[in-house]
Amino acid sequence: MTSFIDVQNAEMVFETKKGRFHALREIRLTVDNGEFVTLIGHSGCGKSTLLNLIAGLLTPTSGVLLCDNREIAAPGPERAVVFQNHSLLPWLTCFGNVHLAVERVFGGNDSKAQLNERTRAALELVGMGHALHKRPHEISGGMKQRVGIARALAMEPKVLLLDEPFGALDALTRAHLQDELLKIVARTHSTVVMVTHDVDEAVLLSDRIVMMTNGPAATIGEIVRVDLPRPRDRVQLAEDARYVHYRKEVLEFLYTRHGHVQVAIAA
Amino acid sequence: MVSAVFHSPLDTTPVPLPGKTIELTRSAAPAAHAFNVAEPPATKAAVARVPFDWRALWLRVLPPLIGVALLIGIWGLLTLKSSTFPTPGQTFDAAVKLFADPFYQKGPNDQGIGWNILSSLKRVGLGFGMAALVGIPLGFMLGRFEFLNRMVSPLVSLLRPVSPLAWLPIGLLVFKAANPAAIWTIFICSIWPMIINTAVGVQRVPVDYLNVARVLNLSEWRVMTRILFPAVLPYMLTGVRLSVGTAWLVIVAAEMLTGGVGIGFWVWDEWNNLNVKHILIAIFVIGIVGLLLEQMLMAIAKRFSFDD
Repeated sequence: MTSFIDVQNAEMVFETKKGRFHALREIRLTVDNGEFVTLIGHSGCGKSTLLNLIAGLLTPTSGVLLCDNREIAAPGPERAVVFQNHSLLPWLTCFGNVHLAVERVFGGNDSKAQLNERTRAALELVGMGHALHKRPHEISGGMKQRVGIARALAMEPKVLLLDEPFGALDALTRAHLQDELLKIVARTHSTVVMVTHDVDEAVLLSDRIVMMTNGPAATIGEIVRVDLPRPRDRVQLAEDARYVHYRKEVLEFLYTRHGHVQVAIAA
Repeated sequence: MVSAVFHSPLDTTPVPLPGKTIELTRSAAPAAHAFNVAEPPATKAAVARVPFDWRALWLRVLPPLIGVALLIGIWGLLTLKSSTFPTPGQTFDAAVKLFADPFYQKGPNDQGIGWNILSSLKRVGLGFGMAALVGIPLGFMLGRFEFLNRMVSPLVSLLRPVSPLAWLPIGLLVFKAANPAAIWTIFICSIWPMIINTAVGVQRVPVDYLNVARVLNLSEWRVMTRILFPAVLPYMLTGVRLSVGTAWLVIVAAEMLTGGVGIGFWVWDEWNNLNVKHILIAIFVIGIVGLLLEQMLMAIAKRFSFDD
């Protein structure tokens, strides 16, 4: 497999009112084409910062990020982002929100009917075909997040970037959407980078789990390769010895070795 | 007692909701599906159970009526023995006579109250309309470009508190005529709230929405029409509402000084005639027209507001 995203020695320093904040140091990471990678770590460890760097919403203080052998200089539709708080535009319907993205990416080639069809197909893919003309405030949090995912998928991105997409949802809805995401990714063979703080989510979804040390100046601590066959079933995996092993490995990293911020600084 | 009787249906409506959520968490079905099924019947049942809300109607209609009655009552009591100040009854009779023929025309200085109101509204419309055409785009630019904002902000702060009457001589000097000078005064006084509110609205567009625009790589035109404009619209409409209020406030003063046909001039004219009844009527008319303008813009603002 070829490396698709290549983060070469990225450093991120924020200039804040309180002074310099060294968020990320010496980040080296490659993501293969079609790979599902999750970034996990305690809050404040800079995992969202790293995702924003890949998205192009931030530019690194030093170091280089490549996507498909081209430098990431700005955000672009080939790297679609699903935001933590869905970020749907409240004055547009679900259809309108997705259509905005579709129009931008395919407006040059497709006819109006094709654009509408793409929009509808994307919403149906996430099971929101029944709510095309609802406004975001008329649907539940889980549904909003699905529309956010539909908006990202509709652009047919090379990479799907998810920033704690299910963080604000209740456990049942979250599980349901994780299963949906697994199915969609299996169908579209997307490359995915996802930020999460949920260990089960990471093990269930990922090919590799990137575990980050605590900030400030966080970096990649360890990478676990999850060798579980796909399609994965959460109920069966719950008793699978390998699953339990991977889960324990991540937990051990997060809580035993990098349990407290103070410990990390002392070390 | 009455309120207790009407109180009960309102109180019972929230009760089914907790029951529904318990059911929801118990069911083994995926949560998203449970949402779909459980939501519509619950809302329907709630709608069916609430009868027409008489109590709210009374609370809304009765107090304002009492307020108006109280005002007229005090006015009546105070003018009971007065010979110079008209009583409510006399004023009402004069109003009936006045509004029986609102659109008569007997020369340039003697026209019906309808014409006076309409010509005042025309001036307000012109002055306010031009202020909107200049102020709203200017507000957008101030919100979008920091440099421009810092350049113009001190000027806005300096000029905004200036009394409308101070602007009138400038208008008279430049336009050499009363009517454009009055329109100019309205323009300059009603432009500030629109500039300021639009600029604040642009600055407060959530970063998330702008990030969406960046990820989608939207064109500047699309960002404007699909993200900035709808996000700023509620702020803008607040500015517009304040501006219309100011414009209507200013017109009376401006017309008193410039003369011609208009409600402000009419007040001054009736004062010269010592017709206090007509002045009182004018005060009510000005108040009611102002209220209607405000209500109209509130309705528009409501139409374009969105819930997050």
